Amino acid sequence: MALILDLMLQAVQMVLVVAIAPAILGVTRKVKARLLRRIGPPVLQPYRDIWKLMHKEAVLAHNASWLYRVAPYLIFAATWAAAALVPSYATGLLFSWSADLIAIVALLGTARFTLALAGMDVGTAFGGIGSSREMMIASLAEPAMLLIVFAVALVAGTTQLSAIATLFATGSVGLRVSLGLGMFAFLLVAVAENARIPIDNPATHLELTMVHEAMVLEYSGRHLAMIEAAAALKLVLYFSLIACLFAPFGIAGPNAGAAALGFGILAYLAKLMVLAVLLPIAETSVAKMRVFRYPVFVGSAFAAAALAVFLLFVSKGF
Amino acid sequence: MSTLLFDVAHLLAGSMLVLSFALLYQDRITAVINVFALQAMALSLSVAWQALVQDAPHLLVTSAIALVVKGFVIPAALHRIVRRLQIHREIEQVIGAGPTMLTGLGLVALSILLMQPVGEVNIYVREDLAFALAVILLGLLMMITRRNAVTQVVGFMSLENGLVLAATGAKGMPLVVEVSVAFSILIAFIVFGVFVFRMRERFDTVDVSALDRFRGERRDTT
Repeated sequence: MALILDLMLQAVQMVLVVAIAPAILGVTRKVKARLLRRIGPPVLQPYRDIWKLMHKEAVLAHNASWLYRVAPYLIFAATWAAAALVPSYATGLLFSWSADLIAIVALLGTARFTLALAGMDVGTAFGGIGSSREMMIASLAEPAMLLIVFAVALVAGTTQLSAIATLFATGSVGLRVSLGLGMFAFLLVAVAENARIPIDNPATHLELTMVHEAMVLEYSGRHLAMIEAAAALKLVLYFSLIACLFAPFGIAGPNAGAAALGFGILAYLAKLMVLAVLLPIAETSVAKMRVFRYPVFVGSAFAAAALAVFLLFVSKGF
Repeated sequence: MSTLLFDVAHLLAGSMLVLSFALLYQDRITAVINVFALQAMALSLSVAWQALVQDAPHLLVTSAIALVVKGFVIPAALHRIVRRLQIHREIEQVIGAGPTMLTGLGLVALSILLMQPVGEVNIYVREDLAFALAVILLGLLMMITRRNAVTQVVGFMSLENGLVLAATGAKGMPLVVEVSVAFSILIAFIVFGVFVFRMRERFDTVDVSALDRFRGERRDTT
């Protein structure tokens, strides 16, 4: 019975992240539109988009290989697995032992690798340039991400997410300079990874500066629906990571009762909502960068994370 | 005393360090001035927090001076100078943002290692001093790497922010010293302002490398 209950709680987490991902994306689009003095599409529009794409015919290029057809499902699966592992509303879930930060980085790396391969598969110029840029951003952002992981792990003594969240939620760690630097770096990395504005523009097509949209330009129908869903899921994944690592308040601990779990879900949704409002505000206040400026932008994330790790090596007090 | 008080002090000092790095990274003059104003506000917050932690109300005066003079007056004056000199659109060629950042990280390492043997008494005071020294060294680095006189002035002012941070972090700095430091900074700022205008008149530029010709001996390094 206990096992069934544990499985149920894990299933709630898995379904929750997928179910709210398009809504969170819709909220960011709506807030952004309002900031630009437009009405904007309704918040539930991403659900309708995905529904519509699911029912459309998937058009394939003549020279598309099997990889091109498999890639959307692989990307979605890897992203979903990663998002389902991040502790969102409770730390003591059944699969939380496997929720390791490095494993999550690896899952995201797999999804990105598959996407880049799919971008190059058909052999159009746009796909190639998108893949090339995506890999450039990845080669800059992943070292920074791993350094953030090290900084958090040095403070918490583990890379296991649920253990970190449990420790930080008790408040015994306190405010740390290294964690502040880590959060700053993580926000920059999250912007770069989710193809948001200073790095990439999520709302544009057919522009020479685009990265993510260039890779998925050839996709249509259900394949495109999977990729769009995966992109929304990735955004929720990064929001969940921010909430879990740097603001784990209200998260239900191991062996929590129904009330604590319910409060955990509410707190999680509230945190997602706050982040979904803050992201478009940050996006509208900056301009899109030139491609050659990316190393400086992501490099500053790397510098901040390196500083945090360095401070922790010198003294545990930071 | 609870560690939360020290944690917040730490966090504020750390945010000043981050803003120092942001100063190194900016290449537009107006952005540099804005970041400097932000750093002065962080300094003012940090000093006010120290006043709370150390129970020293006279530090509030220092905090107010930092906020009004360095957070508002000097940035406004700098903006005015930059607009009068018609250089507010200028983009400065920072000598390699990457190497500069790496050097900055090295300087932070140096300052922490220097402070390591200082105080066994209180670990928090020691780390605050390390941050302050790092801010001072980053200000120096900015003065060395920039060629524009206005951004060099900003580097000098940010160096002075580090000095105030160090002075307030350690207990028992008399108010007289702080006030006189603040005034000497103001005088230095006025001297700099006159210097920048004279330079503009004479050379039609505020690039300090124009001064190299009048040094007598010729050196390659600027």
